[in-house]
Amino acid sequence: MSLLDLSISELGRGLRAREFSSVELAEEALKRAESLDGKLGAFLRTTRELALEQARTADRRLAGEVDPPALCGIPIGHKDVLCTKGVETTSGSRILEGFRPPYDATVVARLARDGAVVVGKMNCDEFAMGSSNENSAFQPTVNPWDSERVPGGSSGGSAAAVAARLAVATLGTDTGGSVRLPASFCGVVGVKPSYGRVSRYGVIAFASSLDQVGPLAKTVEDAQLVLSSIAGADRRDSTTSPAPVGDLARALHEGVRGLRLGIPREYLEAGLEDGVREVFEGACRWLEAEGAELVEVSLPSTQYALAAYYVIAPAEVSSNLARMDGIRFGPGEPQAPSLLAAYELARNRGFGPEVRRRVALGTFVLSSGYYDAYYLRAQKVRTMVAQDFSRVFEKVDALISPTAPTPAFRLGERTQDPLAMYATDALTLPANLAGISGLSVPAGFTSGLPVGVQVLGPYLGEAMCLRVGAVVERAADVWRRVPAGFDG
Amino acid sequence: MAELEAVIGLEVHAQLLTRSKMFCGCRAEYLGLPPNSNTCPTCLGLPGALPVINRRAVEMTIRTALALGCRIPEFSKFDRKNYFYPDLPKGYQISQYDLPLSLGGHLEFEVDGERRSCGITRVHLEEDAGTLHHAGEIHTSKFSLVDLNRAGVPLMEIVGEPDLRSPREAPQYLRALRQLLLHLGVNDGNMEQGSLRCDANISLRPRGQREFGVKVEVKNMNSFRSLQAALEFEVRRQSAVIESGGRVHQETRGWSEVEQATVSQRSKEEAQDYRYFPEPDLPPLRVSRELVEELRASLPEPPLRLKDRLRDQHGLGEEQAALLTERPQDAEYFQAMVASGAPPRAAANWQLGPLQALCKEAKLDIELSPVPAAELAALVRMVEAGEVSGTSGREVLAEAFAVGRLPVDLIRERGLVQVSDTEQMEAWVDLAIQQLPKAAADYQSGNDRALGPLVGAVRKASGGAANPDLASRLLRERLGRGGG
Repeated sequence: MSLLDLSISELGRGLRAREFSSVELAEEALKRAESLDGKLGAFLRTTRELALEQARTADRRLAGEVDPPALCGIPIGHKDVLCTKGVETTSGSRILEGFRPPYDATVVARLARDGAVVVGKMNCDEFAMGSSNENSAFQPTVNPWDSERVPGGSSGGSAAAVAARLAVATLGTDTGGSVRLPASFCGVVGVKPSYGRVSRYGVIAFASSLDQVGPLAKTVEDAQLVLSSIAGADRRDSTTSPAPVGDLARALHEGVRGLRLGIPREYLEAGLEDGVREVFEGACRWLEAEGAELVEVSLPSTQYALAAYYVIAPAEVSSNLARMDGIRFGPGEPQAPSLLAAYELARNRGFGPEVRRRVALGTFVLSSGYYDAYYLRAQKVRTMVAQDFSRVFEKVDALISPTAPTPAFRLGERTQDPLAMYATDALTLPANLAGISGLSVPAGFTSGLPVGVQVLGPYLGEAMCLRVGAVVERAADVWRRVPAGFDG
Repeated sequence: MAELEAVIGLEVHAQLLTRSKMFCGCRAEYLGLPPNSNTCPTCLGLPGALPVINRRAVEMTIRTALALGCRIPEFSKFDRKNYFYPDLPKGYQISQYDLPLSLGGHLEFEVDGERRSCGITRVHLEEDAGTLHHAGEIHTSKFSLVDLNRAGVPLMEIVGEPDLRSPREAPQYLRALRQLLLHLGVNDGNMEQGSLRCDANISLRPRGQREFGVKVEVKNMNSFRSLQAALEFEVRRQSAVIESGGRVHQETRGWSEVEQATVSQRSKEEAQDYRYFPEPDLPPLRVSRELVEELRASLPEPPLRLKDRLRDQHGLGEEQAALLTERPQDAEYFQAMVASGAPPRAAANWQLGPLQALCKEAKLDIELSPVPAAELAALVRMVEAGEVSGTSGREVLAEAFAVGRLPVDLIRERGLVQVSDTEQMEAWVDLAIQQLPKAAADYQSGNDRALGPLVGAVRKASGGAANPDLASRLLRERLGRGGG
């Protein structure tokens, strides 16, 4: 039993009752990370000094403030795409090795404001491009439930660290499923907020029109606490919504009685593994038993979503990554014979194969003469996907589906086949194209591997996602299970 | 072969006089600062940083567009223009592609007193790049130093239609545009320092042909003179190519001040594909009709109309009126003088003559003149009334300008008010004739030049206070040559 097995509210009670201090809690998280992460690879670096300094501050706040924030003194980790002032931030890429941002991402600053203690920067696929964490330039992260398997990506380090109890909660980013997929594979809760619900300022961009920061945590309530801290308008990010966030905690106890939940027919078609189907059907029965009405719905544009996504996201990538030119970041190529050669050398050496593939793809689809056929057409498909969702949300309160068609797959299984890897996100990426809210919650296991259920809510419908997720979580009753080898 | 005609269109970039940069809070004024000190994560293009639109820059662009008679669509957006260059920190410039802030206007200008009009395709908003510094020439320097102080400064682009037909029209168009920007207060008009920049597209075609010829883009002209010289060079160069049976190549050429020639920079084949696409970090811009009307109401009087009005209302010469309206502060100073009671033509002469010379010498803008318009007006009134001589007036102005005192006070202290009292004057005239009888006799016998010493004697007798014009008149009368 470790302190890190506890939920945030349990830890909060212990901290307030002086059963343990924030410094002791941080020490335990750091000790676990330093001793256990060798077999997991979830951390790119621990931030011991920063963590202890923040923990000391948290202890003073816990002692001095009447009502310190819920996250005060809680050890968390940040996906390495989030800029942390003075702390190396690489996005899992060689080209950003040694980059110490002079500023904090808004989400990092907001969690610091609420007293959270940063214990480290989490591994991820390079620039968040990948579904298995195998595209990290530094190390693969493995699945804590089976070290032969991937944790999912791209926020694999963030998910694995929470599952293995090396951090209480973490932040990830979800561009096509990068929070929900690893949450499902690692057996934790992951939230993808609606586009514009959370600031992207200081988030190293993958695809700007799709990226959202979201929490990974052991419980729906933990995820809600982190989400409540980071959500809301930010004047530094013009794409954030001015709509108030409201009280998300209330949703956790509202139940699903009287709700109509839609099951998208298209999400249960080809490729769904039996074990995943069984867990999902179990979750459906619980929800019905709790008073929800389940109806089948159709999202006919789903079949085109993957293709549209792999045009739009790479297009934005090709532009977003142009600043990584080897001049201001990365080792640079001072001996190059020309400016062009310097760019080519730095980018060929600094970027991994998947990033290069997407930059090439994105450059192509935006080129003169191809723009209309690819980019413009993909944007039209995107509009259709969004209209599909708007239509069904007139009839249902939320949608439920498996988060992924399979549980965690084996390391190396899909690395040689990019299209198979891309298909991993088929059930998650439509929500990013539409900008709606989503969540993955652990619903059970198949052959010892966790299986997540995805809840999709309307735009700014985070409360609805949390509400349904909380019911699944209670019925599944699996969140206290700890992967073998991390339960000491 | 038919005579060749030039077809010219100008693209003008103007840095906006906003307080902060286009997409971040850094200062828009960047000259003279230590390299890379006027920067932040956003204008450095650091990973994760995001742009936020400068509202003032949008307003200045709309005001300019309205002054040019453009349409302001309700819906506009920013796009990314992608290319690699070390002065472009993000690897793309945020600009506007297919939905600019404004479309379709025109600019009136004059060539040799003749009114012309040139279409304006669009006015849009973008951000400036940083600057590069080399040891000597770029091609031989061992290094390039990047300074991003300028990166992200708001840049307004005014795209003109290919309506100009001779190199001579180009600088006149640009002067009129510069004048308009100055009157709007959106740009400082400094071409040398590059806050106002001009590129030109030029092609030739046989007169009477409707289709355009192959166009060449010319860059690097940083004065009105070089703009005209570069276009004249291109007319000669392209004419020679066509007349010798060749074909003009579509390309970008740079004006070399040293060689007084344009030099090929890159051909059409080497032209970049900028891969424009909508900037996902910025929501589309909606411009409300209320804002447009509010901005329209804030427009100044069009400079050409102001010039005509000052000319006609105050009886000024065309050139005087033009000089007084080139910059708004000159027109304001002049109108303030007139409002303070100075006769307009004298006011114009004093402002464009002695005052402008003093300002130029002291490197002071007229706005900061130590002698305000009302004070100069008072001085001009006294000179015009004959109370002070023109010479004394100029001396007093120079001193007042130098020491920051009121000219009227200096006149009083020095006793420079001219005596025009006829009785007193007549006594001094008598004295002068007694003192210089020979001069008096010479003058009476027809030697006009003998009057000078006599006037001098009157002035001397009066201690300098005698009005010299009056003295001459009285001497002429006394010596029997009145009215001569």
